[in-house]
Amino acid sequence: MNFQDFVFYFFATVLITSALGVVTSRNPVYSALLLVLSFVTCAGLWLLLEAEFLAITLVLVYVGAVMVLFLFVVMMLDINLDRMREGFWKWFPFGALLALVLVAEIAMVLSSGPFSLEAMPSPPAQAADYSNTKELGRLIYTEYVYAFELAAVILLVAMVAAIALTLRHRTDKVSLDPGKQVMVRREDRLRIVKMASEKKE
Amino acid sequence: MEYIQQLFEQIFGTDWGSAFFLLAKNWVLILAIVVPLLLGVAYLTFAERKIIASMQIRVGPNRVTFFGIPWLRGWGQPIADAVKAIMKEIIIPNSANKKLFLLAPVLTIAPALAAWAVIPFSPEVVLADINAGLLYILAMTSMGVYGIILAGWASNSKYAFLGAMRSAAQVVSYELAMGFALVCVLMMSASLNLSDIVNGQQGGSFFSWYFIPLFPMFLVYLISGVAELNRAPFDVAEGESEIVAGFHVDYSGMAFTVFFLAEYSNMILVATLTSILFLGGWLPPLDIAPFTWIPGFIWLLLKIAFILFLFLWFRATFPRYRYDQIMRLGWKIFIPLTLVWILVLGAIMQLPDSIRSMFPLSLWF
Repeated sequence: MNFQDFVFYFFATVLITSALGVVTSRNPVYSALLLVLSFVTCAGLWLLLEAEFLAITLVLVYVGAVMVLFLFVVMMLDINLDRMREGFWKWFPFGALLALVLVAEIAMVLSSGPFSLEAMPSPPAQAADYSNTKELGRLIYTEYVYAFELAAVILLVAMVAAIALTLRHRTDKVSLDPGKQVMVRREDRLRIVKMASEKKE
Repeated sequence: MEYIQQLFEQIFGTDWGSAFFLLAKNWVLILAIVVPLLLGVAYLTFAERKIIASMQIRVGPNRVTFFGIPWLRGWGQPIADAVKAIMKEIIIPNSANKKLFLLAPVLTIAPALAAWAVIPFSPEVVLADINAGLLYILAMTSMGVYGIILAGWASNSKYAFLGAMRSAAQVVSYELAMGFALVCVLMMSASLNLSDIVNGQQGGSFFSWYFIPLFPMFLVYLISGVAELNRAPFDVAEGESEIVAGFHVDYSGMAFTVFFLAEYSNMILVATLTSILFLGGWLPPLDIAPFTWIPGFIWLLLKIAFILFLFLWFRATFPRYRYDQIMRLGWKIFIPLTLVWILVLGAIMQLPDSIRSMFPLSLWF
C-alpha cells in the first residue's frame, strides 16, 4: 500500500461512514451536515482521479449553494421525530426488499465487463500544464454542445416555472422607490418659517 | 532541501518518504502564510481603531506599549487583546447544542484560512499553483456561511438565529454577483490560474490592469466583497441596535475571537483578491526605473493596504443599509449589471480584427 492508496481508503471510509450517518442520524440537522461531509470527501476522491474542475464544482455547487438552502429549511422546520418514525416497522420489509434489489442490481452492473478493473485502468498522469477546465470547456462547446444547450434550456424552463408558481401580485404592500427617495431635496419636505419671537401674555 | 528529502526517503522508504516529505514541507509553508496573516489580522484591528478614531477626531488606543517605549504607545494593544481573549472563559449556554456550538467557529475559520493556499504573493511564490485557482477560492469562500448558520442555530437563541438568517441570505445573494464579476475577469485572462491572471495584466503601465476595462465589475466586486464580509454599511447581520450582535451573540472568550479572526482574515483575503484580479497584483504601476526597484511583494502589500483602508473608510462614513435595500442592490442592480457586462465583453472579444483596430482595444483584448 503506497501513500495514494492510503489517501483513497481514508476518503472512502469517511465517505461511507458519513453517508451511513445521513440516513441513521436522528437529528435532521446532523444528517444535512453529514451529507455536506460526504460531498467534500467525494470531491477529494475526484481530485485523486485528476478531475479537479468537477471536484471543485461539486464543492461550489452542492456544498456552497444547495446544502445551505437544505440546512436553512431543516433548521426552520419543527420536525416531530416520533411521528416520523411511527410507520417504520410497518414499511421496513418493503424498504429492505427494495434496498436488496437495488444493491444486487448495482453489484451485477459493476461486476460486468465494461466496469471491471481491466476495462477501466487508472487514468494516465497528465503533464503539469494540462488544464482539465480547458479540455472540459472545449468538449462541452464542440462535441456535446447540443446536449449541453438542451440541459440549459430545461433548467431555464424550471426556473421560469418556479417563479411563475410563486409570483403573487399583492395590492396591499407598501414599497418605496429608492430612486425617488434619493431625488428628494430639502425644499420638498422642509419649510422654514421666519417669525418674530412672541412674548408671554 | 534535497538532503532533507533523501533523509525522509531513507527513513520511510521511497514511496512513503516522498509523501511525508511533501506533507512536512507544506506544513512549514502553511505556517509561513498563516502566522504573518494572523499577525496582520491583529494589527488590522489596531489600524481600524486608530484610523476610525482619527476620522472621528479621537485618539484611539494609546496606553499599552512595548517595554515602555514612549513612541510605541498603543502598539501593544492587539497583543493585550489576544491575551485577554485566551484567558477568558468560554461559556456554553445550557440549551445550546454543545457539539455544533463548538464546531461552528472551526467551520468559519477553516475555509477562511484554506482559501489562502492558492494566492500568489509574487511571481513563483505560491503554495499551490493549481489550474483552477479562482474556482477553488470561490468554493472555499462559499463554505464560510456554514459556520454562521450553525452558530446561529446551535446557540438556540432568537437573536442569534435572526442574525444567522440575515447573514446567510446576504452572503448567498452577493456570492452570485461576485461570481459573475469574476467571470468577466477570467474571460479577459482566459485562465483560472491566479498567477496567469496577474501576468495577463502585464503591459508596461497601470493602463493594462483589468480595473480600467472592467471598471463597473471592479466596483461590483468591491461592494459585494464588503457585503460578503458582513461589514458596515452591510452589517445588518450583527446590527447591534436591533439584534444585539447577531449570530455570535452567545459566544465568549476564544470561541468569539475565532469568529473575529475569520472575519478579519476574510477582509484581508478580499482585499488581496481585488488587488490580484483588478489592480495588477505584484506589478508596479509603471515599468520604469524607480518603480521597478521596489520588489513585487511590496507593491502587492501596498495595494492590499489601500483596499483595506477603503473598507475602514466605508465603516467610518456610511450609515447602515436597510435590509430590503441590501437585497434590492444585490439582486436587482448588481446581477443584471454583471450579466449585461458579460454579454458586452463577449461581443467585444468576438469583433473582427478590422473593427477592433479602429479602437484602442488592443491593450486589453
